[in-house]
Amino acid sequence: MSSEIVIKTNKLTKKFGDFIAVNEITFEVFKGEIFGFLGANGAGKTTAMKMLIGISKPSSGSAEIAGFDIYKETEQIKKSIGYMSQKFSLYEDLTIRENIQLFGGIYGLSNKQIQKKSNELINKLNLQNKADKLVASLPLGWKQKLAFSIAILHDPKIVFLDEPTGGVDPITRRQFWDMIYEAAHNGITVFATTHYMDEAEYCNRVSIMVDGVITALDSPNNLKKQYNANSMDEVFLTLARGAKRGE
Amino acid sequence: MKQLLTFLTKEFHHILRDKRSLLVLLGLPIVQLLIFGFAITPEVRMANIAILDNAKDETTRLIIHKIENSKYFDIDRTLIKNEQVEKAFKTGKIKAAIVFQQNFQNELMHANKAQVQIIADATDPNQAATLINYASAIIMDYQAGLNQQNKLPYTITTETRMLYNPQLKGAYTSVPGVMGMILLLISAMMTSISIVKEKELGTMEILLVSPMKPWLVIISKVIPYFIISLVNVATILILSVFVLGLPIQGSLLLLIVSTVLYIFCALSFGILISTISDTQQAAMLISLLGLMLPVVMLSGYAFPIANMPFILQVLSNFVPAKWYIIIVKGVMIKGIGMEQIWKELLILLAMTVFFLMISIKRFKIRL
Repeated sequence: MSSEIVIKTNKLTKKFGDFIAVNEITFEVFKGEIFGFLGANGAGKTTAMKMLIGISKPSSGSAEIAGFDIYKETEQIKKSIGYMSQKFSLYEDLTIRENIQLFGGIYGLSNKQIQKKSNELINKLNLQNKADKLVASLPLGWKQKLAFSIAILHDPKIVFLDEPTGGVDPITRRQFWDMIYEAAHNGITVFATTHYMDEAEYCNRVSIMVDGVITALDSPNNLKKQYNANSMDEVFLTLARGAKRGE
Repeated sequence: MKQLLTFLTKEFHHILRDKRSLLVLLGLPIVQLLIFGFAITPEVRMANIAILDNAKDETTRLIIHKIENSKYFDIDRTLIKNEQVEKAFKTGKIKAAIVFQQNFQNELMHANKAQVQIIADATDPNQAATLINYASAIIMDYQAGLNQQNKLPYTITTETRMLYNPQLKGAYTSVPGVMGMILLLISAMMTSISIVKEKELGTMEILLVSPMKPWLVIISKVIPYFIISLVNVATILILSVFVLGLPIQGSLLLLIVSTVLYIFCALSFGILISTISDTQQAAMLISLLGLMLPVVMLSGYAFPIANMPFILQVLSNFVPAKWYIIIVKGVMIKGIGMEQIWKELLILLAMTVFFLMISIKRFKIRL
């Protein structure tokens, strides 16, 4: 982890009419860091993330992603980030190899690079026998791992993960986090939202959002000390109990 | 360019792997064309007709007056020369023409026999047959009235001609109708479903986050269905020429150019639908209610527009298929050229531009 800042927001706000979904959030994320973006349902996590990845325009405030302004330099930002959404986001009626080729092509990799990366990826995930099978035939855990690998196929500076391990068994979740560690080790910053508090423990630092505001931001250990708690679960419950917005 | 090609490959994979849908897409026009031979035309009111009165005597005046007073005909124009008849039909404004022979009254009074010719535009065979029956009935009625007062029977012989479609083949209505319907269905419905599918599955979000330009996504969605539509046009035309025996009278090039324009119009309508619906079901429903119903009911394909209540006649102007069907009937069956259909072409072009503009606007609002 270095001191180079890759995400920087200043009073970033999103309003939908009278409703303030995200209220003046200000934070920084460092290069190679695994940053956990926590909050209850409806706290504004997804809206905040959507502004950072450029598919939702902020109402006010500013932010820089990988050194690029989120208002003016959206094209450069798009090239520097990877994204994996809540919904499974590969094409089920394409084969594994075709999905890799498609996203490689979209991110402007050359045919040679795509060829090389596909083979690497397929070997790494042990999918040699299934490379030419439709993605629909893979179990969910494998699909998620494949989706993550494809999200970082173009070596982005930052990868945004929106609840990446929803509905996945504990063993696969563990393997998934191993992949996240490896990516962070290679210098890719990981920005992830999650519901699982045990996963929050794996992060370098976490922020907790309540009602559109970031109410806590520190390493899991410091937060536990600060709130005199044994686990992140307790920390989260203490903070989220004050929430006024219900589900 | 590479992005586009990669993305296009993906779109073709989607379509080619879904064998059942592909079969429907390519087979539907054939089935439709062969089944939809018979469109029903119940009654015709206030049809525009032309009168060519070569006699200009008391009797013809009375007959014309009788025709004018019937609720079935509206005399749109009076012609002077025989040559004008064909021209009048090509303007597309009249449905039938009634021609009286010279010296009509004299012949009738002295030879007890006179002739009147009724010519109808049989591109819509049912309507033509109905018009000819009505006109003959009115003339027969006049003749009966005449014979009551006289002892010697006078006979007015009516000679009828079905213009453009002498055998009254149903294919003459079904071919333009099926083309108007199938192209709209495939281009608009399939495009909108295919775009909305990405929204529903969440892959659209991934694409919007990627450096892929949104308009490239849309273009690659549109191209495969454009190609399928062209295949369908070829199938329909080949079937209609070689199986149904319906020759293409006008310029094939003009027919193809207008068809391509119509496909563009339908595709842009599909894009518009995709911007207002979030699920595939919604897109399909909007397509079916917003496209199929108006095309079948209001395009003049199944029911003559002239018989509709005024408000529906006005509404029918907003159905792109109506204009396209006029073009196809004109070029394919009557053999008319650019000078008679430029207005319809312009309307289709304006609709296309309009759909695209709203789509672009809506697409931006969404982001």
